[in-house]
Amino acid sequence: MNSLLQLRGISKIYPAVVANDRIDLDIAPGEIHAILGENGAGKSTLMKLIYGVSQPDEGNITWQGKPVVIKSPAQARNLGIGMVFQHFSLFESLSVAQNISLAVKGSIKHLSEQVEAVGEEFGLPLSADTLVHSLSVGERQRVEIIRCLLQQPKLLIMDEPTSVLPPQGVQQLFNTLRKLRDTGCSILYISHKLEEIRQLCDKATILRSGKVVATARPGEHSNEELAHLMIGRTIAPPEHAPAEPASEQALSVTQLAYEPDDPFGTRLKDINLQVYPGEIVGIAGVSGNGQNELMRLISGEEMLTKQDTGDIFIGSQKSNTLTATQRRTLGLGFVPEERLGRGAVPDLSLSFNGLLTAYRHGLTRFGMIRHKKVRAFADECIAQNDVRCGGNQSVAASLSGGNLQKFIVGREIALAPSLFVLSQPTWGLDVGAASNIRKALLQLRDNGAAILVVSEELEELFEISDRLHVIYDGYLSPSLNARSATATQIGRWMTGEFSNAGEVA
Amino acid sequence: MPYRLVARTEPSLRAQLLVPLAAILLTLLAGSLLFTLLGKNALDAFYAFFIEPLTTRYGIGEVLLKMGPLLLIAQGLAIGFRARVWNIGAEGQLLVGAIAAGALALHFESSDSVWLLPAMICAGTLAGAAWAGIAAWLRTSCNANEILVTFMLSSIALQLLYYLVSGPLRDPMGMSFPQSALFGDAAMFAPLMDNTRVNTSLLLALIASLVAWIFVQRSMPGFKLLVGGQAPEAARYAGFAQKRAVWIGLLIGGAAAGMAGVGEVAGPLGLLQRSISPGYGFAAIIVAFLGGLHPIGIVFAAFFMALIYVGGDMSLVSVGLPNSSTTIFQGMLLVFYLACFLFAHHRLQRIEIKR
Repeated sequence: MNSLLQLRGISKIYPAVVANDRIDLDIAPGEIHAILGENGAGKSTLMKLIYGVSQPDEGNITWQGKPVVIKSPAQARNLGIGMVFQHFSLFESLSVAQNISLAVKGSIKHLSEQVEAVGEEFGLPLSADTLVHSLSVGERQRVEIIRCLLQQPKLLIMDEPTSVLPPQGVQQLFNTLRKLRDTGCSILYISHKLEEIRQLCDKATILRSGKVVATARPGEHSNEELAHLMIGRTIAPPEHAPAEPASEQALSVTQLAYEPDDPFGTRLKDINLQVYPGEIVGIAGVSGNGQNELMRLISGEEMLTKQDTGDIFIGSQKSNTLTATQRRTLGLGFVPEERLGRGAVPDLSLSFNGLLTAYRHGLTRFGMIRHKKVRAFADECIAQNDVRCGGNQSVAASLSGGNLQKFIVGREIALAPSLFVLSQPTWGLDVGAASNIRKALLQLRDNGAAILVVSEELEELFEISDRLHVIYDGYLSPSLNARSATATQIGRWMTGEFSNAGEVA
Repeated sequence: MPYRLVARTEPSLRAQLLVPLAAILLTLLAGSLLFTLLGKNALDAFYAFFIEPLTTRYGIGEVLLKMGPLLLIAQGLAIGFRARVWNIGAEGQLLVGAIAAGALALHFESSDSVWLLPAMICAGTLAGAAWAGIAAWLRTSCNANEILVTFMLSSIALQLLYYLVSGPLRDPMGMSFPQSALFGDAAMFAPLMDNTRVNTSLLLALIASLVAWIFVQRSMPGFKLLVGGQAPEAARYAGFAQKRAVWIGLLIGGAAAGMAGVGEVAGPLGLLQRSISPGYGFAAIIVAFLGGLHPIGIVFAAFFMALIYVGGDMSLVSVGLPNSSTTIFQGMLLVFYLACFLFAHHRLQRIEIKR
């Protein structure tokens, strides 16, 4: 069968990372083809190359049998490639038809008729003269889709389209996409949601670290098998001594429901979570399922507002609206997922990055920085954690990701937190560095700290956790004893199949 | 071979030092070209513009006189700019400071108290800070863009000044000229050098530079501001309040500009009139950036900018350059600075594929 679109040996190299590494991809006419991968696997980069937003550094693209160089999105649209981005590009003060007329030729009147006709045909009901600001997120997505459809694409690229939709909207979208496929249009569907891909897609290409690791027919595989291909590791049993948790909780989140400001964020629904001194609790889940929102609420970077319900206790102190600084004085230590720019200031020295969170620990006097003490603190973090760098005056951005993470974790541990919360603590670290950080966490636990770890790496969670939760679509599963849990069960829960699971541990 | 711009993995310190120097050099080159096109001898014009002011006592005095307000305002603005708080209305804050000090001086016209001048300095400083505080309040409570608000408040301040000098504060004996009566001697800064107009308000600017240096390099609030500007997410993570950064950034800039306004009316002017500042508030923005937002760099940048002001005035007479040349030089300086600045954080890279 002739391919509609064929990629051969496509590579895209950014200064720090090979985002796409010799990718081959074949898309047949009339198929829904999934691109599956974790965050950072190179999905978005690949789509940008196909849609002409950026150009590959290597490799060839063949469109309907002819080699092409796609220099711009305009050229891609002329070829018959349409794309619906994750973040919409609509003018809120214009009507649906006016928005569409900015991209498609034709009078407003003619377009209005077309919008409603196409909407009718594909199950995308929409009134053409409504102003966009009054539309829901799902309706705005329809505008984007119809705008693409009016240009009669042969290939439609959808970037994580369901991340903004409620569950019933997802099924509606799928019906539309299936109808569209039946008219002969191919769809390139990007997602990391396994269940959706198994439901919808005919074929899947799985990316990991910029490389194609497998192609599969998703319907013929279980979620666990797909997850395994996507994450690419098998899971070893835990090897640490059982925890001896104390009875007074260090962190307690009760019946938390939270609506993020960011319309693309994940709503948290009825989260219940307890962490006791002397134990490590892990939260597994594919990223984008509410981890980020939960972490920010615990760290104090975001606070609960009146419209949210539930409580967050740090120790016995109700902390719903405490600032990050107040929570730190209650003994909270936090390591965020982003190291540069959040856990550390890129252009400042390690000395100053030590000061960032340690300033209340004798590094200032009368509001003046005690530079000698600041440097000594940084030196200690560097020496204690084997941070490879040019010394305490090296800027944070000059360190490798792993070394910077060692510094950040070391800094937080040096502050002796009684509650230590980490997000993706060893993401992107080499085996040795990752194992050192895990050892440090276990030691901190044995000294009586309560530790909460959010990670996408199941292997890591099994290695260090005493209890495990899974987060999916803003819901937190009941906790499991990490020693008796199986990877299969966690894998199934990662796709949301814990809603009727009983309390286990 | 094609090239592309890539971000530096670490900003080059050498490049950061070279950027202002390169901008100055390019400005001088482009300036020479401009002089030549105007039919002047480039070397003569160049001499008249940049060297001659520094050859006489009077010239040096004039440069120092103009350096004072530029230095003071730029130090204040730079603290806000480091926190990415964009106060571009220092001109208005200066005017409001001048008005407050002037009103005090006129009210106690016949006073000879040694406390009059300090009181004027306080009043002007507070008034400038309050004027900038309006922008801070609008920004923190309504999320109104401080660039627009501070800029528009400048126009309001100017209109306020026009109203006052042609109405309530006009000299009753002044033949209806739109200006106030002369201030008493106790309301004036003392001269600093004989036979020049430079006065002790320059010392205020130098002290402010020292304070700015301590604040920026040594103090925790300064560090918090810096983090808030460079990495807002990290500031949030560390628990540094963002609203406070906006307030501090704007209030310090406004206070410095207000104080500079006092220096003008209680210095070379000695009264309130329609024109108080030849755009110091705007030129100081260029000074702050040219000085790399660093308290020491700003001292040099303020000196250079003052030289452009005085050179422009002097070459008007000696070589017959148009009087817009000062503005042209300021503009070129800013454009070249911004162009060069790109290379402090980026570099050219040959496009090649390696794995």
